Amino acid sequence: MIAILLAQTIAITGGKVYPVSGPPIENATVLIRDGRIVAVGASAAIPADATRIDARGKWVTPGFIDSGTQIGLTEIGAVQETNEGTYRGTGIAPAFNVAAGINPASQLVPVARVEGVTTVLTAPQGGLISGQAVVIDLAGESVPEMLVQSPAAMVANIAAKDAAGGSRAGVVARLRRLFDDALEYDRRRADYRRNQIQDLSAPAADLEALLPVLRGRLPLVVQADRKSDIENALRLAQDYRVRLIIAGGAEAWTVADRLGAARVPVVLIPLTNIPSYSQLGARYENAAQLARAGVRVAIMSGDSHNSRNIKQESGNAVSYGLPWEQALRAVTLTPAELWGIADRYGTLEAGKVANVVVWSGDPFEFTTAVERVFIRGKEIVLKSRQTELFERYRTLPPKY
Amino acid sequence: MYQRRANPPVVIRNATIMTATGQEIAGGSILLRDGRIAALGASVEAPADAVVVDGSGKYVTPGLIDTHSHLGVYASPGTWAEGDGNEATNPVTAEVWAEHSFWPQDPQIPLAIAGGITVIQALPGSANLIGGRSAVLRLVPGRTVQEMKFPGARYGLKMACGENPKRVYGSRGPSTRMGNMAAYRAAFIDAEIYRRRWDKWNKDHQGDPPQRNLRSETLAEVLRGNIYVQNHCYRADEMAFMLDLAREFGFKIRSFHHAVEAYKIADLLARDSTASSVWADWWGFKEEAMDGIHENAALLQQAGARTVIHSDSPSGIQRLNQEAAKAMYYARRNGIEVTRDQALRWITANAAWVLGLDSLLGTLEVGRAADVVVWSADPFSVYAKALQVYNEGWLVYDRNDPARRPRTDFEVGQVPR
Repeated sequence: MIAILLAQTIAITGGKVYPVSGPPIENATVLIRDGRIVAVGASAAIPADATRIDARGKWVTPGFIDSGTQIGLTEIGAVQETNEGTYRGTGIAPAFNVAAGINPASQLVPVARVEGVTTVLTAPQGGLISGQAVVIDLAGESVPEMLVQSPAAMVANIAAKDAAGGSRAGVVARLRRLFDDALEYDRRRADYRRNQIQDLSAPAADLEALLPVLRGRLPLVVQADRKSDIENALRLAQDYRVRLIIAGGAEAWTVADRLGAARVPVVLIPLTNIPSYSQLGARYENAAQLARAGVRVAIMSGDSHNSRNIKQESGNAVSYGLPWEQALRAVTLTPAELWGIADRYGTLEAGKVANVVVWSGDPFEFTTAVERVFIRGKEIVLKSRQTELFERYRTLPPKY
Repeated sequence: MYQRRANPPVVIRNATIMTATGQEIAGGSILLRDGRIAALGASVEAPADAVVVDGSGKYVTPGLIDTHSHLGVYASPGTWAEGDGNEATNPVTAEVWAEHSFWPQDPQIPLAIAGGITVIQALPGSANLIGGRSAVLRLVPGRTVQEMKFPGARYGLKMACGENPKRVYGSRGPSTRMGNMAAYRAAFIDAEIYRRRWDKWNKDHQGDPPQRNLRSETLAEVLRGNIYVQNHCYRADEMAFMLDLAREFGFKIRSFHHAVEAYKIADLLARDSTASSVWADWWGFKEEAMDGIHENAALLQQAGARTVIHSDSPSGIQRLNQEAAKAMYYARRNGIEVTRDQALRWITANAAWVLGLDSLLGTLEVGRAADVVVWSADPFSVYAKALQVYNEGWLVYDRNDPARRPRTDFEVGQVPR
């Protein structure tokens, strides 16, 4: 049935297309069929049966990917019964994959997508190893329909001292012990089953879940802001050959060269500059300085309810020195690369999943309207509970 | 106490001057002298000693005013040691004053200045039904809060509705919204007795003066109309209760704050001349914030209610212009006409009114305080930055001059430049 619904050809014509994989193309067509992009360019042939969407004067980009949200995992921050993103236990939860906790009916889904965010990393939080983050498209009636990549990353927090004796040194030691134990478990599975092995520091399911990280198949996202925390993460990643991604990274600009040399990307919230003892060096130029040192930067909103403000965050990153094209990449192709979905997401190219947004202008500007949103080739109705409340109260008395 | 800093006269030439009085002057000039706006218009005579600022391609606005800030009282670095915003020991603490918690070395202050803010209302937090007096401050570097206090500004009284007070006090009470209401009323009943006793004594000076009580003293000043009520309140139905409460005791609520459902009762707010200090887009962090919409500010404006965009955030205060822009453009796209001037007034003139300073601040007019921001581009663009900030004529911040970018003691030696 889904196949029938998607069996549709859409031609977005005449727009200024930003494929991200290459320079912008004026007066170009993006051709979508059966949920995929089949052609992009100024001379793409438009089949007779295609539904044409006139995008003259508009900008066309890939749907934005927000690399730091809890969309689907949180509904109302202060209402515990609506929150699913934290596994409370020992603070070590590598086997905790958030997918089954996602609520496809969440109000946050339409609120984000009508603003051009089509895909998000939704991540566990809390503890020392929070668990496994997944990537979802912001459309679908069920979790399997929404899932793009599961798991997409293992999430750890290097400043989670409470789960490690109250010291950063304890955190590092705890992580090393865990990694060693996971490797030991992997080497001596038979001994483990026969109970002929010394006590390991986590249950088998958690050690098992760490193996893809230690084999370099699943990235380890380490939330780290202080320079020394980032350095600790770099050392760990080097010693265990882990594919490290720094999240937060408020002081990452101070070690930009080392991050660049180690090819460690940073996922950051550009508008971060409030000093605290873990980020005295936080500054708005972070993204620009990292990019200048060759570090791959992805931008996140860090805000589930206002994931839409990733546009404002990106615009401000540009204001503080990040080249505009790199800011666009930081919300499209770079996150797709980080989360292992760049073969399907992040650019407007033939073969990619058709997550496409038509904007009235520069997506980062406040004047710009989102005019059309396509997720997996299907046009999204630009409605949310918020737009409905607005219509209800547009004039008083309200329309009960 | 606060003293205006001397500054040579400054003339900014050939800029787009956004006056917040309904007028935008292209290629205009403005002269700042002795802390006041001395002249503005298409062409302006400047004294020979005036510093000339080339405003080509730049925009000039009044200094931005944040009606809702916790700078200084919830200072960075944000540990327990600086957590002085909520005297959460009693649901009614009208006796506390935010200025006594305000730390002038809060490193968030220079960040806000760099965002074009010249005046803030620093408020106690919202744990309490009645949280204490606010402080209206000029955002200039100072060793003491007295060096920042806006001369002659009225105090505000922080009040809070809804989830916060009923959560904080739990079984001790209040634990319900009806408990909240009963406790406000009890406090004002006491204050009414106190006010009568003191008003009588002040008139006839018979016998010993009544004993001072700080809690009732502040509330009596509210009853006399000398202190403005600044009321944290999210839900429409609760705001209506608060308007009733104010009527019962004969005072006015100057502004609701946060007021995410204000658009539902925009007519009531317009009728009572109560302002709403709102966010552009915050929603969903608690149940009473679930119905926040982008068009809140614009619907209030449409109904003739006084609208303000506030921050309540050390980060958001750095870009009130962007928040106003979001609220304006969303509304326009949905067919609610908001002018640039109206949106500018949300963060200048209307905010000045909430603080009772609208005859002095919030617009660019001859004779007004020279609180002026020079922007690199249209301040409603995401790419605009404040280049220069003049606080009562003093160049407190200059993005292009490291010697004019104030730092706090906290930053010295530990926050990299």
